[in-house]
Amino acid sequence: MSTHRDRLRQAMGDKVQFVQGDDACAYGAILAGCTFFAGYPITPATEVAERMAELLPKIGGCYIQMEDEIASMGAIVGASWTGVKTMTATSGPGFSLMQENLGYAIMTETPCVIVNVQRSGPSTGQPTLGAYGDMMQARWGTHGDHEIIMLCPASVQEAMELTIVAFNLAEAYRTPVLVFIDGELGHMRERLVIPEDDEFELVERTCATSREGYRPFAAGEDLVPPFAPFGAGFRTYVTGLTHNEAGLPRSASAPIHDQLVRRLADKILRNTDQIIRYEEFGAEQCEIAIIAYGITARACRDVVEEGRQRGLKVGLLRLITIWPFPDEVVAKWATRVQAILVPEMNLGQIVHPIREAVAGRCPVMLQSKIGGELHTPTEVIDALEELRCQVC
Amino acid sequence: MKQEIRICGFGGQGVITAAVILGKAAAVYDGLIACQVQSYGPEARGGAARAEVIIANEAIGYPGIHAADILVAMSQEAFNRYINDIRPGATIIIDPDMVINYEAAPYAHLVPSTRIAEELGNVVVANIVMLGAVTALTGVVSREAMLASTLASVPSKFKALNQQALEAGMTVVAGQLP
Repeated sequence: MSTHRDRLRQAMGDKVQFVQGDDACAYGAILAGCTFFAGYPITPATEVAERMAELLPKIGGCYIQMEDEIASMGAIVGASWTGVKTMTATSGPGFSLMQENLGYAIMTETPCVIVNVQRSGPSTGQPTLGAYGDMMQARWGTHGDHEIIMLCPASVQEAMELTIVAFNLAEAYRTPVLVFIDGELGHMRERLVIPEDDEFELVERTCATSREGYRPFAAGEDLVPPFAPFGAGFRTYVTGLTHNEAGLPRSASAPIHDQLVRRLADKILRNTDQIIRYEEFGAEQCEIAIIAYGITARACRDVVEEGRQRGLKVGLLRLITIWPFPDEVVAKWATRVQAILVPEMNLGQIVHPIREAVAGRCPVMLQSKIGGELHTPTEVIDALEELRCQVC
Repeated sequence: MKQEIRICGFGGQGVITAAVILGKAAAVYDGLIACQVQSYGPEARGGAARAEVIIANEAIGYPGIHAADILVAMSQEAFNRYINDIRPGATIIIDPDMVINYEAAPYAHLVPSTRIAEELGNVVVANIVMLGAVTALTGVVSREAMLASTLASVPSKFKALNQQALEAGMTVVAGQLP
């Protein structure tokens, strides 16, 4: 008899494939147990929706094309409250529209995953080209005090793996999690190896057990309240207003607001060691560091090898988790190098938290590139040479 | 080993499909590392189309092409645009019915892929004829991998036609040096 997991694998096809980054995000979602996707097509993220539309009906899941991105975000929040794992995918213009309901998902502690295949903005910008212009919108796009979790893959394989991780983090901390790639990686094809079930971890949200005295937003020491899905017989009230542990609006109470919003932030900030991921290359005997993320980090990896051949003692810190920001890791690098180069496909966004973490320990130079083309290894090496002249 | 391949022409010639089949032959059937990117205009037909494949036996960092080791040009515009972005000694393959003036690369291999495809009964396999020529001339992927990848990428009723196109491309360059 074929199990549900067998059906997933059958739907996805061959174990080894040559597919796009967008496809990989969809595969990651399916492997993570996502059974609901709502979205609105937008270049360069449409293939995520296409693939989910193809796969979900085959595994008993549900795909809905909504009227826009506001509704898409609303739909994945609502569906998540039935107890299933949900996802949407979009690009910059759609991500802008999702901000209000993203905040609602944070406030109502709703697990869900949002993939943003970034393109240039502002506005509709360059639909078919890659960019990383939404990095700060991800952090502060929705209003109010909050923390957010965001992961930034650099390859097709990693897009799949980190989408699984995103679902796990969303379930563990009952919060929306962002997976950010770009048009280039979204449309790039590479080998993808679909892992066996025993090769990755799956996390499920902790569910409430007793209906007696259940308070839907009362958290224990881990700061994450046990979840009770709609329809399971628990008395649950869900609101974006400041609410007490019973879920009831108490929007005029300073202590309740303070307690709630601090808990929402702390459940992420106290677990940064579980959430923050990064990769280091050439960290030993390194004089100049590159800090990069996403597809830009690939050229930088070439540069570590090429630079060393040319006598440049260069290392690379590749950020995988961008939010919560890995301050301590960046600070540690800042103490042992003479300068840091930050190549970004925007006019300078992640360079700001980097400078904050470096706190003047060494110069930080931004290498900005916009318009849709990637930084080439040669350009990065040239910038490193320039930086070396300045500091050495 | 690292080979950078650029296939270019106009939209509708199957330039991107060709690159995907080539990358898949390398990554799935030959067990190599491959990375494929593309660029095209908003039009479904016409407009410039370009696709690139990097094939290597170790991890590929920067996914763009510095200078092509293999250039396949299926339109005059594409030939003119990319003929200077090649490595010395690069293998250049053109369709002489589409690229009339190839003075910039007199040593190019002439593969009349569009005409061959028409003779086979369907112009859409011109891109596959080109893949046959690339495989036979450069060995960048094995013939077995290329055939397997092609057959896995086309609808079943067109498998025989595509296999013929691949073989025709291999035959037309038989005996030529890369």
